[in-house]
Amino acid sequence: MARALIEVLNLEVHYGGIAAVKGVSFAVEEGEMVCLIGANGAGKTSTLKALARLLPSRGEVHYGAERIDATPPHELIPRGLALVPEGRGIFARLTVAENLAMGAYHRSDKAGIAADLKRIHGLLPRLRERSAQVAGTLSGGEQQMLAIGRALMGRPKLLLLDEPSMGLAPLMVEKVFEVIRTVAAEGMTVLLVEQNAKLALELCARGYVMESGAITVADTSTNLLADPRVRAAYLGE
Amino acid sequence: MGWSVKHKLGLVAVAVALIALPFVLAMAGTAWVRITNFAVLFILLSLGLNIVVGFAGLLDLGYVAFFAVGAYVYALLASPHFGLHLPFWVILPIGALVAGLAGAVLGAPTLRLRGDYLAIVTLGFGEIVRIFMNNLSAPLNITNGPKGINLIDPFRIGDFSFATTAGALSGPIKYYYFLLIVLLAVIVINRRLQDSRIGRAWVAIREDEVAAKAAGIDTRNIKLLAFAMGASFGGIAGGMFAAIQGFVSPESFILNESIMILAMVVLGGMGNIWGVIAGALLLSFMPELLRYTVEPAQKALFGRMLVDPEVLRMLIFGFALVLTMRFRPAGLWPETRHRRELDADRK
Repeated sequence: MARALIEVLNLEVHYGGIAAVKGVSFAVEEGEMVCLIGANGAGKTSTLKALARLLPSRGEVHYGAERIDATPPHELIPRGLALVPEGRGIFARLTVAENLAMGAYHRSDKAGIAADLKRIHGLLPRLRERSAQVAGTLSGGEQQMLAIGRALMGRPKLLLLDEPSMGLAPLMVEKVFEVIRTVAAEGMTVLLVEQNAKLALELCARGYVMESGAITVADTSTNLLADPRVRAAYLGE
Repeated sequence: MGWSVKHKLGLVAVAVALIALPFVLAMAGTAWVRITNFAVLFILLSLGLNIVVGFAGLLDLGYVAFFAVGAYVYALLASPHFGLHLPFWVILPIGALVAGLAGAVLGAPTLRLRGDYLAIVTLGFGEIVRIFMNNLSAPLNITNGPKGINLIDPFRIGDFSFATTAGALSGPIKYYYFLLIVLLAVIVINRRLQDSRIGRAWVAIREDEVAAKAAGIDTRNIKLLAFAMGASFGGIAGGMFAAIQGFVSPESFILNESIMILAMVVLGGMGNIWGVIAGALLLSFMPELLRYTVEPAQKALFGRMLVDPEVLRMLIFGFALVLTMRFRPAGLWPETRHRRELDADRK
């Protein structure tokens, strides 16, 4: 069995007095593709943000052999933990090329950066076509592609994706998920947060179901897709 | 560098013009050289504030506080007040350092604030500094309170004093050249900063702080650095101000000055060094030009004074500001990205 790349123990996130995440534990192994599904407000985004250290939290987060729950985010990115934030979080007024360059902010290996840029342009050809365009004028799907591309520019080991399908037309969602599939096939470890449970479960091997701040079900995607509770609550059947 | 002959000739022409300028101005009166010197000081202040507001996008309404810190550091270390008379090349770096520290002190508690909230805190900070200067006269007399500090040493290198006239070189002309050199240095530093990793990190923070964090930028330190660097430019300008004036008092560092410097940055074009310089020049010279034209113009038109020139001056000044912001909302000479934002808003 592969060792866990990220392991979370009793993670809690509070906003003021309100608990958004109430002690969740889960793990993602190297090379795995895992999703965290659940309704709006279940605490999925808070969990992901806490992993990337963008939110203060309690509990333990282990990344590889290190404990990272007190590490600032700018030290995590060079170690290969990248978050594609919800709502894409691109720099709307910078060009596509500037956005991608920002993803390699912590790197100084010029040749490596150029090679990665080429690779990402190959993976996401739209970004090459629109290199000089201001990111805010891209379509929603292209912005999501850009957000993923920017994260990949940091050469991550673990990609945290927050609601990549949000607000996108179905055709675009398919394209975005195709990109995620390709990236994962190249060996990237992916933790995907999605409201679109069906899509997420079809893409990932395993999933966790989150409800009001806690993980209620954890199983393989096949089982989850067959689980009557999951079908009733998240697949609209 | 691949500069064309045309470029080089242009550069030489500008240099000659800048060197000859004070002598031309002196023909119209030494007052105009002084006005120019103050304009250069305001350019320095605007460039400093531009780092905070233009590059990093942190709205600072208390910037004059760092100008005050620099001025008081110079005044205290080179005047009979404490009987200290350190040379300026020692004091100016100290002033920059102390002002930079003050900038970090202001930055640290405001790291989580943005926009209007940050503006209010910085406004308060500016007032706190001024009130301290006003009241640090008892029980231990540090700043001499509202009376200010007088008889501040001018710049001196050996026997060469910047305050006295030597032939055609009057005091203000000597300071002009000194200010010009400092200004050139500050422009070069600013250009370098803008193109550096730090500059890119500032832009990222300005555009989207969460995304900047997600891109691996240490937003805390980078923001503190913006405050400290901007403040240290203000500190240097303050030191030179104290020496040129020979006198400092808390009155020179009121909120109005902070707003004026901010107006220069915004009017000129936030984030663009040349725009900011243009804004500072315009807002420094316009009131003075109006001072000398409003009165004769009225007399010529109506045969007598109808409106007090001081009132009319500020009226025209304000009106010009409103017009500029109406027709060039991103400033006279905006940075490309700010223009993009406004264009996007219009669509």
